[in-house]
Parts: sequence; C-alpha cells; structure tokens
Amino acid sequence: MPKNNMTFKIGGEAGQGIESSGIGFAQALARCSLYVFGLQSYMSRIRGGHNFYQIRASESPLYSHTDEVHLLMALLPETIERHGHEVVAGGAIVYDEDIEVDMEDLRGRGVKTFPVPLVKIAEEVGSKVMANTAAFGVAVGVTECHFDRMATIIRDNFAKKGQEVVDANLEVGRRAYDYARERYSADFDYKMEPVEGPSRMVINGNQAISLGALLGGCRFMSAYPMTPASSILEWLATHASRYGLMVKHSEDEIAALCMAIGASHAGVRAMTATSGGGFSLMVEALGLAGMTETPVVIVEAQRPGPSTGMPTRTEQGDLLFMLRASQGEFPRIVLTPGTVEQCFQAGWRAFNLAEKYQCPVIILIDNFLANSVRSIERADFHFEAVEVDRGEFLTWEELDQLTDGYKRYAFTETGISPRARPGHPNAVFVACSDEHTEDGHFADEDPENRVRMVQKRLRKLEVAMEEMRAPTIYGPEQADITLIGWGSSYGPVREAVDRFNEGKEKVNFLHFVDVWPLPEDKVRPMLESARRLVAVENNATGQLARLLRAYTGVQVDDMILRFDGRPFSPEYVLDRLQ
Amino acid sequence: MVELKDYASPVRPTWCPGCGDFGVLNALKRALVEVELAPHEVVIYTGIGCGSKLPDYMRVNGFTSLHGRPIPIAQGAHLANHGLKAIVVAGDGDTYGEAGNHLIHALRRNADITLMVQNNRVYGLTKGQYSPTSPKGFPTKTSPPPEGAIDRPVNPIALALAAGATFIGRSWSGDMKHLIDMMVRAIRHEGAALLDIFQPCVTFNRNYAYDFYRERVYKVQEEEGYDPSDREAAWRKAHEWGDRIPIGVIYQVEDQPTYEKQVPTLDAGPLVEREFRTWTEEDYADLEAEFI
Repeated sequence: MPKNNMTFKIGGEAGQGIESSGIGFAQALARCSLYVFGLQSYMSRIRGGHNFYQIRASESPLYSHTDEVHLLMALLPETIERHGHEVVAGGAIVYDEDIEVDMEDLRGRGVKTFPVPLVKIAEEVGSKVMANTAAFGVAVGVTECHFDRMATIIRDNFAKKGQEVVDANLEVGRRAYDYARERYSADFDYKMEPVEGPSRMVINGNQAISLGALLGGCRFMSAYPMTPASSILEWLATHASRYGLMVKHSEDEIAALCMAIGASHAGVRAMTATSGGGFSLMVEALGLAGMTETPVVIVEAQRPGPSTGMPTRTEQGDLLFMLRASQGEFPRIVLTPGTVEQCFQAGWRAFNLAEKYQCPVIILIDNFLANSVRSIERADFHFEAVEVDRGEFLTWEELDQLTDGYKRYAFTETGISPRARPGHPNAVFVACSDEHTEDGHFADEDPENRVRMVQKRLRKLEVAMEEMRAPTIYGPEQADITLIGWGSSYGPVREAVDRFNEGKEKVNFLHFVDVWPLPEDKVRPMLESARRLVAVENNATGQLARLLRAYTGVQVDDMILRFDGRPFSPEYVLDRLQ
Repeated sequence: MVELKDYASPVRPTWCPGCGDFGVLNALKRALVEVELAPHEVVIYTGIGCGSKLPDYMRVNGFTSLHGRPIPIAQGAHLANHGLKAIVVAGDGDTYGEAGNHLIHALRRNADITLMVQNNRVYGLTKGQYSPTSPKGFPTKTSPPPEGAIDRPVNPIALALAAGATFIGRSWSGDMKHLIDMMVRAIRHEGAALLDIFQPCVTFNRNYAYDFYRERVYKVQEEEGYDPSDREAAWRKAHEWGDRIPIGVIYQVEDQPTYEKQVPTLDAGPLVEREFRTWTEEDYADLEAEFI
C-alpha cells in the first residue's frame, strides 16, 4: 500500500480559508516529521472565485509540487471540474454531499468519490466557514493518520480567536475524521503516519528572505503592499518592536525606495520589497542609489506582466529589466535564489554585498517561490553562519581620526570610497545625484571628472564579480543534456532531473543564483563543456539564455519555456525533455 | 558656539544676479546659527531645480536628490537617525508638483521634518514653463498666450492645512529679517512644518518679482488678535490673495505628537546608534518556533 507519499489538494472560493487551512495541514504533516511542499493558487479577489492549496507529503525531502493529486477535497463544484483530471487512478475526490457534478468519467478511470456532509458537520457545531476544517478532518480520516497532530495545529492556529473557536474547529475536525474513517478509509489505499524525526519549519520564500534580513541586521524596511511581495512587509512589521526594526508602510513605491535610501544614507541597513509594477515606480530611485553609492536591498517578487498582468500568478519575466532598469550605467547586483535556503541566505548576504560595493542589490524571486512553503530543518538555514560585513563603512572612531577633508567619493583602486554617515564634525558631506567631484560637489560640466567617476563606479562591479558564485550543478558532472535555469525553477527541474535519469547520466542542471554581475570566467567553461544546452525559464523569451549568449558567446540549443502564469512542475519539464 | 563662517562653502552659486535663492541661502545659514545647530548636526535634502543646488553653496551635510523625492528621503533618514535635523529645501515644481503625494502624506503623519519651499511660481532651470503655483492665465512656453495657464494654481497653505500640517508659515526672500525668523520658527517646530517662501525669479517671472510682493505682503503676527492655532482663522487666511497677501505663521499647533515619537522602536534613541543585536540560541528557538 502506498504510504507517506501523496498529494492533497483542497479547492474552494476566496473567503473559505483555503490557504490558511492548507498551510495548517502542511504544518500538521510536518509535525508528523514528514517532508512537505505546499503550493497555493489564488485569484485576485477577497471573496468568490476559485482558489486551491496543494500539499505534497513524503518521508523523503521534497523540492517541488507535482501535477498528480491523490486526494482532492472540493468545497465547490468547480474544484472537481477544474482539477478532477489531476486525480490519479486509485485516488479519491472528497466533496460536499450537496455538490452535484457528473463524475462518471472520473469513476470510469478508477477515481473514487467520497461524498461527505462537510457543510452540515460544520454548521451543526459552529458555522459553515469551518467546512475547510471538516475537509482536512476527512483527509486525516481516510489516510488513517493521527488526528492528534491536526488537533495541535487547530489549537495553535485558532488560539488567538478564543477557546470557543478552537473547540468548535476541533469538534468539526473530529466528526469529519470519524465520518470518513468509518465509511471510506478501507476503500482508500493512500495512507499517512507519523515517522521518527525532527519537527521541521514550514516556511516560504518571502518568510525566508525576511528571516535572513532580520538576522543580517536589517534595521529599516519601507514598502508599499503589492502581491506577491506584501508578506515581507507584513512579517517584518510584526517583528519590528521586538527586534528593533523601523518598518514603514509608505504612501507609494517611489517613497518606499526613497525612504530606504534615506535610511541607508543615515547609516542603517535598509530594504524594500515589491513586485514588477512597484519596481517600475522605483526605477529612478534605483539610479539615485547607484549615483550616490548608497547601499540598499530591493526584493522584487515577480508576477506576470506587463502592467497589472496576472496579479496572483507567477512568471520570471523581469530578469533583463532588473539588469538594465534606470538610465545610465552603474553597478548593481542581482541574486536569484531558488529555494527557501537560498532565500534565507540572500536575505542577509544582500546587505553585505550592498554595503561592500555601495550599490543596490536586487533579490529577484517570483510568486511561486514567494508563497510556496517547504519543510526544512532549522540547521539547514545555518543561522550561526550569518555574518555582518559593512565593508568600508567608517566607524565613529575612524571618523574621529580623520584630519584631511573627508571625500565621500574618493577615487580608489577598487572604486570603493570609504563611506561615512552624516553626523560627525569631521565628515560633513553631500551625497549628490548630479555627477560630482570626489568631495560631492556638482561637476556636471567637467568631462575628465565624468570619465573618472564613471570608471570608479564601474570598477566596483569588476571587484564584486570576483566573489560572485558559479552556478550550482545538480546531477552528474557530465550529461547528454545540460538544463540551465535560475530562481524558482530549481525545485521542479531538480526533481525532473532525478526522474529522467533514473540512475543514468542523461541530464544535469546548472542553476544560477548570482546572475549579475555574471561571473563570466566561471560560467563560460561550464557552458562550453556541456553537450547540449537547454534553458528552462518561466518566461516567453529565454532571458537568461540571452544574457549568457551576450556575455559568454554561448548559445543554448533549445529552450523549455512556460509563460501561462503557472509555475513549472517536474512533469511539465519531463514531458518536454522526452 | 556656532558661527556663520562654519557654514561657508568655497563654491560660488550659479544663480542669476538678483535671484531670490540668494536670500533663501543667506537666511538659512543665519537661521541655523540662531538655533545653534552646527553643519554636522543638520542634513539638507533637496530636489532638482536652481534652488536645489543650495547644499553645494554652504558647508553642511546634504543630499541633492531627485525631482520631487527629497521628502521621502528625508523621512527615511530621519527615522534612521532622528538625532539630526532634517530640512528639505525644494522648489514649487518639486514640492507641489512632482512630490504631491509625498507632501500630503508627510504632513498628515506629522513627520518631524522641516519643508522650505522656494516658490518662484515658474520653472527656472528648465527655462520658463509654468509651475503648479503659476497664476491662472500665466503665459509661458508651455502655456502660450492668449489663454496662458489654464490650471488654477495650487494653494499651498490650504493644501497643507487640509493635509494636517502642524506648522504652516509663509515668508519671502525680500525681507531677510522676517525670513530668518520664520525659518527659525519652522526649524524649532516639532513635527511637519511647511514654510512657503515667495522667491522671485528675476529671469523668467518678472511680473512676480520683488515689487509685486513688497506692495502686497503683510505680517499676520502684527494683526491684532490673530491666533495661529485657530484652524478656521488659518483657513480664511489661506484664501486671502490679491492686494493683500498674509505672511508669517499662518497655522501652528503644538499638541500633536510627531510620527517619530509614536514609534516604539525609536524610544531607545536613534536607530543608527544602536549596535547590531547579538543573536542568542533563545532568539533562534523563538524564530524557529513560529514556523513549526
């Protein structure tokens, strides 16, 4: 019998608690020491529509969701209509007994159908909004998992709503569990049970970046809410008082980045977070950070564009925009983490890079990575490895020793000029958005100074390139096909590589996190030694492939692209590999 | 002891002879001396325009930024280090045009920053287009005659009052004594202060030069019984325009807490002066527990 290896999917309308109960269920499974991966899909509305949450659980580490579903829980007919085909033979559909959908075809291919009075159970005990709890009670029941683990999550997650709500949800869950266990568990082959092991954190990309930023000494965060980046602002706001952060929800995205630049100029580590549309508004200020050499960290969580695009969907369409945004030529650093571990690391490393090179650092993620949760042991984040390197940031004691006039933009070999914060009598200076002299005065008429200043700023990028990391290789060192990708495709592609190879050396995967400045000398030999290069990107034009061609001269042989607003799945990549 | 020479810069202004910006520059230096702030205790944030070159012409901490953006930059900086005085100096195009959104929100949240607006009612540096405060019918390259500017001008005093400013003042660069006094009051005010400064552009706006203002302005503080904390009286003053134009402290209330004072994180002093947290095993466990 298949045990501890299956995917649950719950669908319903916005307002039915699909996402919150889905994450809760993922946490409950993580408390059974199982590995989980949770994928959310929602529409841009507060009520109605059709949302789903998908939870995959296994005894082995997971990096991705899959297309296959084993237990589909439908609070709406639409759930069955849209997702019934994903259920495997031997899998089942749990649905409210009042839902009327023709499921003959599904039954014909071996899908089981389990009607349950989900709404009735919920209403008898509490209210119909608890139908989601009933659905997960059924899930625990038919898989014969332990109800007590689910009960601990219900207690924790509803605690702030009061004992009455906790008790009602527990009772709803318990009744649904009993109902399903008695009637359907004997007819359902997929089973779950707790295993020995640690309880793991269940965390998404946005939370991992926030945690990394917090531990990395972020002191100031200003942002304007925008899907799918808002939860970074929210998470940091709720931790501000306790950990000494200043978090400001600003009037717009222009102010968000300008405030962060101001705070950084004043001497604290500062960041903002947005999506592509908000970033578009920040572009002029991005150039200001470049010109005034002010460190700042910007998280851009992509969604499909242009314009408003598909607000709650995913895409990797902004890579080249990040590299070229703003007029003029100046250094910036772009990181594209692909896992929650990489998000956490980028969350603190970005501040070190920004302060060392006194430039903006962009962490480019997307909706898929921002919102998908994965279970992970705390040790894998390496909290203790977080370092704070402020680069050439003059301490108060060093400023005390200054005798000559302080030059904010002094010409140096590395292009990095020692940075002061305003406030010391020995370092009264102006940060200047016009082309300026070493001491920050306007110099927009002087061609020689202009050339030296441009070169000084660009030298920083050359120095930074030395510490940019080569892409990671997953799979065999040499293979018939080398896939290349960046950011969130890591998980689905990694699993596709495993499933395609089945122990043979057919395909491997180069995954880029340090995209800009592109460490050309490290990348070129890796590309040149590949037999057949296939770019895998969640966009329509293969932006990384174009970048690699421009900077290494190597052209990919083929591309696997997806731009329907949905993330890659292992199956999507596998189908196209075959 | 702060002296005027502390603020002396070797850089000579590029402004036209007779420009009102000279008055603003000289008054600001004198006001800072009067409030006994040394150059390293102040940061002047400017935008883009003739007047925004001001930090180059005095020895002081400065940030010459983008058109319309010194207000949020100053707020961010002041939240990070509220130990320094944050003064924004920018023009009417910058403040009432490009920065409209930032202005409203900085005022309503009572950010502890001082805004000084060099209001010459024309675009000077781009060589003579109409500005948000140009009078209706004003003929320029972008508002050609016969109709001139069709837009009605922004009323900065009424706008600031409606937005929730806790200090609204007006002065002009033809009366140094008054301008210095008003700058001192604006700087000393705790909270969002807007000082609108009539500042003639002798090159592109000759109709509204020194004589125009000299003939019309009068000081509200010399008017018997004027109470600047009376919001309705201030609203009436905000709409006085024509032969008599009020200058002085139009509105001021001191019972509103600044934004900075309401942020618990800032109670322990300026953020920038605090050491990085030394993370403990207990901290790690607490953070981990949130996700289990």
